[in-house]
This record gives sequence, C-alpha cells and structure tokens, in this order.
Amino acid sequence: MEHFLEQVLNGFQLGLMYALIALGYTMVYGVVQLINFAHGDVFMVGAFLGYFGFAVWGLPLPLAILLAMASCALLGVVIERIAYRPLRYAPKIAALISAIGVSLFLEYFSSLKFVFGPNYRVVPRPFPEIQWKIAGLTVTNIQVIVFVVVLIMLILLQILIYRTKTGMAMRTVAVDHNAARLMGVNVDTTISITFAIGSAFAALGGVLYAIAYPQIHPFMGIMPGLKAFTAAVLGGIGIIPGAVLGALIMGQVETLTSAYISSQMRDAIAFAILILVLLFRPTGLLGRTETEKV
Amino acid sequence: MPRKVWTALIVALLSMTLIITGCGNQGNTSSGEKVIKVGFIAPLTGDVKTFGESAQKGFDLALEQAGYKAGDFKIEPVKADDRNDATEAVNVATKLITQDGVKAIVGSLTSLTTIPISKFANDNKVVLITGTATSPKVTVDDGKRKEYVFRACFIDPTQGTVAAKFALEELKLKTAAILYDQGNDYTIGLANNFKEAFTAGGGKILAMEAYAKNDTDFSAVLTNIAEKNPDILYLPDYYQKVSLIGKQARGKGIKAVFIGGDGWDSTDLDYKTMEGGYFTNHYSAQDPRPEVQNWVKQYKEKYGQEPDAFATLTYDATRLLLNAIETANSDDPAKIKEALQKTKDFSIVSGEKVSFDENGNPIKPVTILKIEGGKQKYVTAIKPN
Amino acid sequence: MKLSRNTLFFFIGSAIFYALVKIMQFNGILTPYWQLVLDQALIIVIGALGLSIIYGFTGQFSLGHAAFYGIGAYTAGALDKVYGNGNMLFFFLSLLIGALVAGLVAFLIGLPILRLRSDYLGIATLGFGIIVRVGMENGNKLFPVLGGATGMSGTPQLAQFDLIFILALIIILLVRNFIFSTYGRACISIREDEIAADVMGIDTTRYKILAFVLGCALAGLAGGIYAHRYPFLHPASFDFLKSFDFLLIVVLGGLGSMTGTIITAIGWVFLLEVLRVVLGQDFIDWRGVIYALILVVSIIVRPQGLFSGKEFRLLVPEQLKMATGKERTYAGFGN
Repeated sequence: MEHFLEQVLNGFQLGLMYALIALGYTMVYGVVQLINFAHGDVFMVGAFLGYFGFAVWGLPLPLAILLAMASCALLGVVIERIAYRPLRYAPKIAALISAIGVSLFLEYFSSLKFVFGPNYRVVPRPFPEIQWKIAGLTVTNIQVIVFVVVLIMLILLQILIYRTKTGMAMRTVAVDHNAARLMGVNVDTTISITFAIGSAFAALGGVLYAIAYPQIHPFMGIMPGLKAFTAAVLGGIGIIPGAVLGALIMGQVETLTSAYISSQMRDAIAFAILILVLLFRPTGLLGRTETEKV
Repeated sequence: MPRKVWTALIVALLSMTLIITGCGNQGNTSSGEKVIKVGFIAPLTGDVKTFGESAQKGFDLALEQAGYKAGDFKIEPVKADDRNDATEAVNVATKLITQDGVKAIVGSLTSLTTIPISKFANDNKVVLITGTATSPKVTVDDGKRKEYVFRACFIDPTQGTVAAKFALEELKLKTAAILYDQGNDYTIGLANNFKEAFTAGGGKILAMEAYAKNDTDFSAVLTNIAEKNPDILYLPDYYQKVSLIGKQARGKGIKAVFIGGDGWDSTDLDYKTMEGGYFTNHYSAQDPRPEVQNWVKQYKEKYGQEPDAFATLTYDATRLLLNAIETANSDDPAKIKEALQKTKDFSIVSGEKVSFDENGNPIKPVTILKIEGGKQKYVTAIKPN
Repeated sequence: MKLSRNTLFFFIGSAIFYALVKIMQFNGILTPYWQLVLDQALIIVIGALGLSIIYGFTGQFSLGHAAFYGIGAYTAGALDKVYGNGNMLFFFLSLLIGALVAGLVAFLIGLPILRLRSDYLGIATLGFGIIVRVGMENGNKLFPVLGGATGMSGTPQLAQFDLIFILALIIILLVRNFIFSTYGRACISIREDEIAADVMGIDTTRYKILAFVLGCALAGLAGGIYAHRYPFLHPASFDFLKSFDFLLIVVLGGLGSMTGTIITAIGWVFLLEVLRVVLGQDFIDWRGVIYALILVVSIIVRPQGLFSGKEFRLLVPEQLKMATGKERTYAGFGN
C-alpha cells in the first residue's frame, strides 16, 4: 500500500511538470486558437538560459529565472510577430504549419555549435535537495517548489484573465477580433502580451524542469511539449484549469500504467485511455460543447 | 500571384534541380594522382548529433595522423549526414557509393542506420566499417555474412554476457533488475543478453522494466525496482541517460550496484552518482600502452576535451581501414576487404592485438572498469569465448 | 471505354515523363542516387495523396498518417520476406494485403473517433500513431520476424522505378476519379460545411469513414512499396514526426488540390536532398535550419498553399462548363 501512495506521488510530480508547460499552451490557444508547437522549444530555450544564468554566469537563482523568463517573453513576441501575425487571418492550418517550422528552427538552430551546441549538459543543482519523510513517503523540496509554482501560475492566470483589463481584452479577442477592435482593444498588443506571458511561463517551466531532471539538450522540448499539448486537449483546450487537470491525469495514467500494468506498453495504454476519454467527452474533460450556429 | 508566375517559378526550380543533379555527377576529377575516396556517414544533425560529432572527431583525427595517406594513395574524405534516420542513411549511402565513388565507408553510428547501409555497401562491393553499431545484424544478415562489412566494437551479446558473468562470478551478486530503453536496439541487445547469461549462471532477474527514448522521469519504474531490492541494477544505456537514471535511483533508495556497458564511457558521465558502479568497455584510459596514452593526449590537444567511446571507436575503425588500405596498397575494395579480414594483431586504442573473426567482429578482450573516487579504475579484462 | 480527351493527354504526358527519365538514366545524368530520390518521391506522392483525400478534400485533421504508412510497410514487408520467395505475383499480393490491412485498421479506429472535431481528432489520431509505434517496437514478441526495435531487414527489394511509376500513375488516376465522382463531391461538401451536407441528405458518417479508409489504405500501399525499395524497416521511421511531414506536404501543396499534393511531395523530397548537395560538407549542420526557414517562409508567403483548390487541366477529367459555356475552375479550398 505504501508503494501505491508513492507511485501516486510520482504521478503527481510528473503531472505537475506537464502542467507547467500545458498552462502556457492552453492560454495561447484560448486567445488565438493556435496550437503553438514551438511552445515546447521555447521551454527548451528557457531551460538553457536559466542554466547559463545560474550555472555558467553564476547569477543567483531568482535572477537567472527572471532573465530566462524575460528573454523568452521577448522570444515569444518576436516569433508571434514574424511567424504567426502574417497568418492571423489565413486558415488556421497555415499557422500550425508555421508553428511546426518555428519549432524545427529553434531545435536545429540551437544545436549549432555557436549557439547551444548539441551536447547533453548536466545541470548542477542550484540549491541542495532536501528530503522529508511524511507518512512513509519521501517528499523533496523540488517537488514542493514545483507544486507551489504550478499553483501560483494557475491562480495568477485566473486572476489575470478574469480580473484585469488585459485579461478582459484577451477574452474579447478570443471571441471576435473585429468586435474587439471596435471596442477599442488593441488586438495586436493583446496578442503579443498573450504570447509574452505564455512564453515566460514556458521558460519558468523549463528552468524548473532542468533543476528537477538535471539534463538539458536542444531537442528536450519535443516530448514534453507533445505530452503537455495532449494534456491540455484532454482537459479541454483553451481552458486554464483544464490544462492542470489534464496534466495531472496524464501524469497519473502514465505512472500507474508503468508501475502496475507494463512499462513497455506505457505510452500505448496512456494514449488509448486518452482516446477513450475523448470519445466520451469530445471536447475534453472541462470543455464546453459549443453549439454551432447554422 | 498569378498562376502563370507560379508555374514559371516551379519550372525554374525543377530545372535548377536538374542542373544541380547534373553537376553533382562530375565528382570524379581524374588528376593522375592516386586517390581513394573514403566516405563517412554519421548523424551530424538531429537529436543524436552530439554522438555523431564525437565520431567525426575520431575520424578526422585518424586521417590527420595518417597525413591523409595510406600506402601510395591519397585519402579524400567525403562526409554525409544521416540524421539517424534509416531512409536518409540509405539515400546518403547510395549517393556516396554511386555518385561520389567512395571505395570504403566509415559509419554509421547506430545499428538502425548501419544495418541498411551495410547491406547496400555489401551489395555494391564497397567496404564498410562501423565504429559503434553493435547489432549482430550489421555484419550477418539472416545467417549470411556480409563480407565487406566490419566493425570495431563489441556486438551486443558480448557485453551483456560478460557483464552478467562478472557480476555472478567476481562480484558474487545473485539478484538483478534491468532497466532499458525499449526503442534503442543497443540497450535491448545488452539487456536481453545480460538477462540470458545471468539466469543461465544461476542468478535471478527480479525486474525488467522499460522506458521510452525521451523520458526523463523514471520514478514509476524505479519505485517498483526499489521494492524488489535487487543486488544489481543493470543500466546499459548511454552516459547521459544513465546519469539521470542513477540519480533518481539513489533518490528512491535503491542501494544496488550499478552495472552498464560501453555507452558509459565519457567524461560527461556523472561520476559522483555512479560511484561504485562497473561497466564493460573496450579499454582503460589508464592503460599505459602508447596507443591509449597518445590517443587521449592528442584528442585533448586538438579538441580540448577527453574522448568518449564514440570518438575512440570511430578512430579505431578508421585506423583499421587505413591499415588495410596500406597493406593492400590498392583501391580495389575487394583487395581492401581481404586485407581487412586478414588483419592480425593490429594495435588499436580499444584493443591490444586485434584481428577479425569470421563475422567481421573484432576479437578483443572486454575491459571492466569501476567508477571509484570520481574516476574510472581498471578492474580486469575478460576474454569472451 | 471511352477515354476523355484530358485522360488521353494525361497518359501521353506521363509517357513523355517516363521517356525523359529513361533517357536521363541512360545518359548517366540520373544517377542511382537521384533515381532513389525520385523513387522515394513517388512513394511519398502516393502516401500524401492519401492524406490529401482525408484532410485536403474531406477536412479531417489526421496526425497519424505515418502509422498507416508503417502498418502497410511492415505487413507487406513481413509477408513477402517470409512467404514471398521473390515471386512478383506475391509481391503485388503483399502490397495489396498491406493496403487492405491498413484500411481495415483505419476502419476499426475510424468508426469511433471520426466523430471528433478538428483539433481533438488530431490528438486522437496522434495518440493512435503512438500506439502503433509502441506496437511496432514490441511486435517482435508476437512475431519475431518483425524485429521490434532492432528493426526488420531482409524485405525483398522488388520495387523498381518502372513499377513504382506505374503504380503511382494508377493511384493518381484512381484518386482523380474518386475526387471527381459523387463520392468525392460528397467528401468536399463535408469539408466545406458538415452540417449543411448533412441537411442535404449526405450520409456524412459514411463518407467520412470512406475517405479515411481510402486515404489510410493509400498510405499502407505507399508503405508497402517503401518496404520493397528500402532494405530495412525501423519503428523510428514511422513516428509522429513523419506524420507531420505528410501534413506539411498536403498543406503546402494546397488543400483540395491533387496537383498541389503531387508536386509538393516530389518537391519536398528533392528539396531535402538538394539542400544536402548545395550545402556541402562544411555546412551539413545548417540543413535542418534552412529547411525550417524555407518552411516558415513558404507558408507565410503563400498561406493557402501552392495550388489551393486548383488543378492542372490535365487532371480534371472533363471541363466543367457553366451554363454560359465558360469554364469554371474547380471548387476552392476549405478552412
């Protein structure tokens, strides 16, 4: 029994990691209806910048994180401006293809020698790991930190979107660009802000991920990005709490499948469960079924 | 843009392609000088680029040391990238052999790319030697030997079996758990062979768990393994994966001895975490043999870091090839192949007196190294039978 | 059988192309390397046409196309390797079975999931692709010949340019006839507005499944041919990244255009190899970067794709004439 609880905790940690990335994904989708495949790679850039910050340049950790978040916010805005804005009124699939292109670009460009280089870098712990034993389970300070950060991110995002003017602007842009413009909302700025925040969160996720799983690599963002995207869809794409819920569920499913059914078939079973969920809740767990007006 | 303009653009692009392909065919400038083109295939882009680049460094250094000459011939390298993709590997091998006219190829890195190009090379009677592809299928296809194909590394069965025997007989440990990457045939090969040999020798495998290539969180499987409390945890993956797993394993309270394969060989291995672990390898950096010491020294001078297994093995593969070309003193791949097969007692970094068996695999002892005090320490060498 | 004028021209055009290729082969301009690239391009054309039917014409966002490509490859390859003995008839049989198995699997998985809406269908098909990939990696536990993660070698290399070319032609004609038939029109109407199509009495479920099964069967056929042209199959060649490749081709070529898919498929394969040649040894690193840049620039410059909704006249079986006697270009693309 004790081991079952431990596995649940494992799944919880994994889910929290996915949530870090899924939140940014779903927020961007909620406003611009774009699956930003490059999100996983902005996450990677954030991890690298954070690593350079505290491991190479010797900055204190909070400063390194801020540096990573600010740079990635800028990166996100630049990407949006160059690769997505021209396609804003084009078919959605075009922006998706552009996102794939940006994703590939970030990966291959980062692996060039004069950028980050292709090597796997070990990330030294910026603070020592402390373990506590609670009810027979081992909980590390990193797990607690990630939990707190996800919680704060979730709360901040909810406040931002539902209690601030910027958030209101984002919501209006999500519904109808032109009507928003007519109401005096600067659509371009709002979308840029959305990307900035989403990318900053991705960077934060990247740095925490690099601390928890201390290895970074230009292609590290592909799988977490994919899993986070799946989690966001599972919970209902565009819905903030849905992202966290979807991520936590995915973490549990993956872990418990690996632990009790088969570690070889883990991904197959996890995605099979995902498909089953979608069949019963076609718009995701928390998704609203939209009535389509004819 | 009007359709006609697009059509014109496409026609222009297509004609440009044709022109380029036409130009690409004028590769062989006959200059009276005797030149042998040697191809090099490795994943120079993509997610295992770091290993491909190591291999390239080994290749370059070997050629440089030989002065780009072997026998009476000048050696001209032709390098190509296969992105660790089987389709690209075949495309690239086709290009090197049919278009660039290489007589021999060093490459590729993984078995998944080397198996198809070895078949192609063999069918076209071009010598191929790989430094690092370990699947038996590289040199033997459905029971038939591919005569032109050789390798400089162990095959999977060798390392797994030796590790198991060492664990049972020398370390006297009876139980083991295995954790492997189910998408990587190298780890699968080692894991399966370890399991077989360990069980045959009277040991017990308590758990055999898998993870996926891009995983970074192993807590689920490690919790399971911790529960079973094995004496040994066999981790036959590359150094960067193993460092990550090892750390998490210790974090889960696993006290087992870590054992692994030559993928551990790199200064980027997390020595602190893997302290007390053993791994099978080709050589020890402390081996006083001049080949070894010179290799480490020159690599450091040229590249500013210590060589890893990928660089060393590719270096050895290249040197074996150059030696064969020199012995045969001919650009006929058939003669080079003969010379290579007949290699006897040739000293390379990863083996003192190497010759090839009938399957094109090198006969050399397996070195066992221990991670102790933040360094690799030589334990023993075992001759596989 | 009365051949329309355009079909005749199509055959003549293809014959000319074939003759051109043969001349270039003979002259040595078309080396075995570029021949291989051309063969690969034709294989991808067949696979991409499959996705074109599913997504370009019927509007179903499928991210699992490579899985069916792989199913066809492994099925045809394994069958021919074990039972084939180099028999050409068996080779065609194995191709057929590969396509049928892919189609069957598509049918089974399509029935439940095709009712999902766009992005969710994408995720479901992506998930299915991953399930198939895991299946390929562990398949050798059931059938050792499949090789699992060590890959499957030894598939008889019976596919040559002549065969591949003729198969590609047949498939292009097949797809053309499908698109310009009532079935095709039904599919297009589903893409344009599913509810309206439903209201007009079109059995949307039936046509969606039909398009999906047909498209996936084509992917399976392409995979089967691939297995007979490349000597080694490995699960890593059939993962979701490969599905993205097919998607790129269909979108860049223009949704709702066969011509676009065909030309972009050929162009895409050649682009990758041309980049290799042009960049040379010193800039090997940059191939991926430049490819990505070309991708982004292409889609920004031409977001609707190269040939959105338009076709070469040769591929349209008959002139669509309006009441005024003027011709009409084919229906546009959907969102």
